[in-house]
Order: sequence, then structure tokens, then C-alpha cells
Amino acid sequence: MQQLINVFEGIGSTLQLLVRALSFSSTLWRQRQRFIEQCYLVGYTTLPIVTILCSFIGGVLALQAGYSMENFGAKQFIGTLVGLSMARELGPVMVAILVAGRVGSAIAAELASMRVYQEVDALETMNIPAARILVLPRLAAIAVMMPILCIIGDLVGWFGGSLTSKFFIGIESEAYFSALRRFMEFKDVMNGLFKGEVFGIVVVLVCCNIGLNTRGGPREIGASVTRAVVVSLILILVLDFFVTRALT
Amino acid sequence: MPDTGTTSTVSPFSGSENPAVSVTFENLSKSFGDFAVLKDISFRVDRGEIFVLMGPSGSGKSVLLKHVVGLELPSAGRVFIDKYDASEETTREKVRLALVFQAGALFNSLTVYDNLALYPREHQLADEAGIREKVMRALQILSLENAAAKYPSELSGGMKKRVAIARALVMEPQLMLYDEPTSELDPVMSATISEIIATLKEQYHVTSIVVSHDRDLALSIADRVGILMGGQLVHLSPPAGLRDPGDPRIADFLHPQIDLKNPRFRKLES
Repeated sequence: MQQLINVFEGIGSTLQLLVRALSFSSTLWRQRQRFIEQCYLVGYTTLPIVTILCSFIGGVLALQAGYSMENFGAKQFIGTLVGLSMARELGPVMVAILVAGRVGSAIAAELASMRVYQEVDALETMNIPAARILVLPRLAAIAVMMPILCIIGDLVGWFGGSLTSKFFIGIESEAYFSALRRFMEFKDVMNGLFKGEVFGIVVVLVCCNIGLNTRGGPREIGASVTRAVVVSLILILVLDFFVTRALT
Repeated sequence: MPDTGTTSTVSPFSGSENPAVSVTFENLSKSFGDFAVLKDISFRVDRGEIFVLMGPSGSGKSVLLKHVVGLELPSAGRVFIDKYDASEETTREKVRLALVFQAGALFNSLTVYDNLALYPREHQLADEAGIREKVMRALQILSLENAAAKYPSELSGGMKKRVAIARALVMEPQLMLYDEPTSELDPVMSATISEIIATLKEQYHVTSIVVSHDRDLALSIADRVGILMGGQLVHLSPPAGLRDPGDPRIADFLHPQIDLKNPRFRKLES
């Protein structure tokens, strides 16, 4: 029962934090330096790992699909399968998981340390809301960077699949991309980007909220980081089901 | 009842006068679960006064201080800053108050200069040139001009405390709260911090509440001293009243005798 209450409390405080952060939206231009810094941290520093991961996911998808589809003479549709899978599902989900592990954990650790070492208390006594200078720039940064990361993840995944198809399955790039284009629509990519946007915002909000509500010392900071990442991962997969259901 | 009379603090930056504030504790109680930290505390800190609150560790001093800035909410009773209830968020918009945290609570990702500039920047109190002037003036008052470009991790304990005071000073506060400002400092640096607190009161008439274990600080700069024990205010007097407090618990706290033949921890064990 207590765990259920904690879950609802967590949802409530996260939504409150979102509303509070959005109420300071008009200050975003003044905070553009913080916003740019967060865009760099969220986007640029995450890009290499997104590129590596998505290229191999595309490659593995092509390999698995190639071996399976060869049995019933459908390997020319590998491009379609990799394209749709990356755009609609694996691209946004894998990028969100990376963001949770890399960016979310860093946010939770930083804000939890600031809370434990009284920096957040100092902000409050100065009448500077944490939601304004710590949460809003991060939310804005993820909202801008997540679609970019997803698009790059999709593209790299498609090319990973193309290279694997060419060298390991014997499907030429022209045939691969022709199949990819034939059954893919713009809507498929947009659905994926929308999912990525939802996941990114949820990850940042959850990690900010858990970080800011940390009490105790170094041990609790570690526990908060773990909790933030675990909750983010669960929410990504749960939301994935509902958002996919809503979009199809 | 909360006070509504007037006295003024003088800004160290503009020379303009801010109305000084009083702080009134009315039957303040605070519990964490079943544990009562503060029990029915009532007293008043007058405008422009230096009030030193002493007491053993865990007696509730810092918790009491947090009630003044609204970081803790009372279980019962109220705290007023002038006529404003300290537990209301809007009070911090109406009254400028600054808390010097025990560990400084400096922003580790910012330089000393940016730590000081944060408040005026966020509240848009001046343009960048004006902010620079304010910050450098505060650093000058605390003899920290050479530390402006340093990060908190590069500072000694004493410098961190002085930077925390300088950061508070930039806010041009009507009420300064100090949480153990001389803890973990050598005697000379403790004396320096005490002098700074007294000077700020002399020059700018800021109301100050200082939570401390430091007997020398209390005796030398306080207008009045309160002693908190077990969550209750057991003594309230000018510093002279500490010479003969009457209560043996207070006498033992203020002048503990080191008895190697019959040490305290042995008494606790038995």
C-alpha cells in the first residue's frame, strides 16, 4: 500500500515540477547560456554513443532479418524491415535508453548533490526557484535535442543495415534503400520522433524530480541515481506501449 | 505580536536605507515523526540586533534557523519576520534575508565571482557593470578580491565562509542568518569572522541571528544570547548573563571541565 502511495506521490510531484518549470518559460531567453550548455551536454556529448549503438542495431536487425527472411525468399524486404523498425520503434527507444543512462543519471547525480550539499536550499533562500534555473533549461534542451538525436539514430541505423545487407547478405544498397522507401511514409518517422520527444521529456523530468527530492548523504545520492535510471527505463517501455497504441 | 515599527539597514553598495526587520518566534514547535526537535519556543529578535543562539549539538538550533527562511515548516506555532509569516513563500519576496550555511553551500560549478553575481543577475537588479561593481565591493569588504576567479573547491574553509558571507552581503539583506559561521576554523579565522559579523551590524545595521557553539563569539559580539537545550529555550540574556547562568547544565555547556579521572563517556556508559 505504501509503495502505491509513493508511486502516486512521485507522479504528482513530477507533474508539479513540470507545471512549475513551464510557468517560468518566459525566462528562457534570459537563460539562453544555460540552455545552450545543456544542449551541448544532452545532444553533442551523447551523439557518439548514439551513432555507435544505432549503427550496430541497424546491422544486427539486417543480419537477423536476412537469415530469417531468406528462408521464404523475402530478403529483398530487409530494407523495409530495418527502416520501419528503426524509425517507429528502435530508434526512439534506444536513444531514450541511452539518454536515461547517460544524461538522466548525470542530471540526477548533479541535482541530488546540489540538494544534499544545500546548494538548492541556498537558491531557495535567495528566492531563485530551482525549477527555473535547474529544470527549465534541461527540459528545453531535451525537447530540442531529442528529435535531432532520433533522426541521426534512424539514419545511422539505416546505413548500418545497408552495409550489413551488402557485405553479409548480398543485397545491394540500391535495392535496400528502394525497399526502405517503398513501404515507409513520412508519418512513420514523425511517429518515432514524437515518441522520442515524449521519452526524453519524461526522462529529464523524472531525473530532475528524484534528484531534487534527495535527502541524506553520498549513499542517498547513489541510490537516487540508480532509482532515477531504473524508473526512467521502466517508464520508457511502459509509455512506449501506450504511445504506440495511440499512434497506430 | 509581530513588530511593525521602523529602523533602517544601510546598503553597503548604494548607501540607501532598507527597513530593518525583527523576528518573532511564537510558540514554535517542530517534530520529525515522534521526535520533538523544538518545543514551544517563544522569543523575539529586535531590529538591528545580533542574537546568538547557542546549544549542544542536536539541540535544534539549525532547525530553528531553517524556520526563519522557510526551509522547514512549523509543526505548531509561527515565525514572523516583521509582520510576515516566514512559512509563506511570498515572505522571501517581501523581505530580503540571507542565510550563511554551515558548509557555505557555494555553487561548486560557479566561480566565486559568479556565486556572488547569481542573485543580482537572477533578480535583474542591475546591468552587468552594476553587478560587477556590487560583487567587487562585497569581495573587497571581505578581503577576497584575489579569489574572484577561483572555484569553491580551490578555497580554504575560512575563505569559503567569507565567500558565503560576501554572497549574502550582495543581497543587501535586511536579515542575516549565520549557521555555525566559525565551526571548523582556526581561532584567528574564527575571530576574523566574528569581527566581520559585528562590523556588518555596526556599519549596515543588519539584524543578525547567529547559531554557534562559539562562546568567545557570543561573549564578544552578541547583543543577547539564547541557549537551546533539548529543543527548549532554557536561557535568554545579554552576554553578561552567561557569567553566572545559574542552571548547572548551562554552566557545564559553557565551561566544561575535562575530568580525566571520571570522564563523561564513562558516566554515560554506566
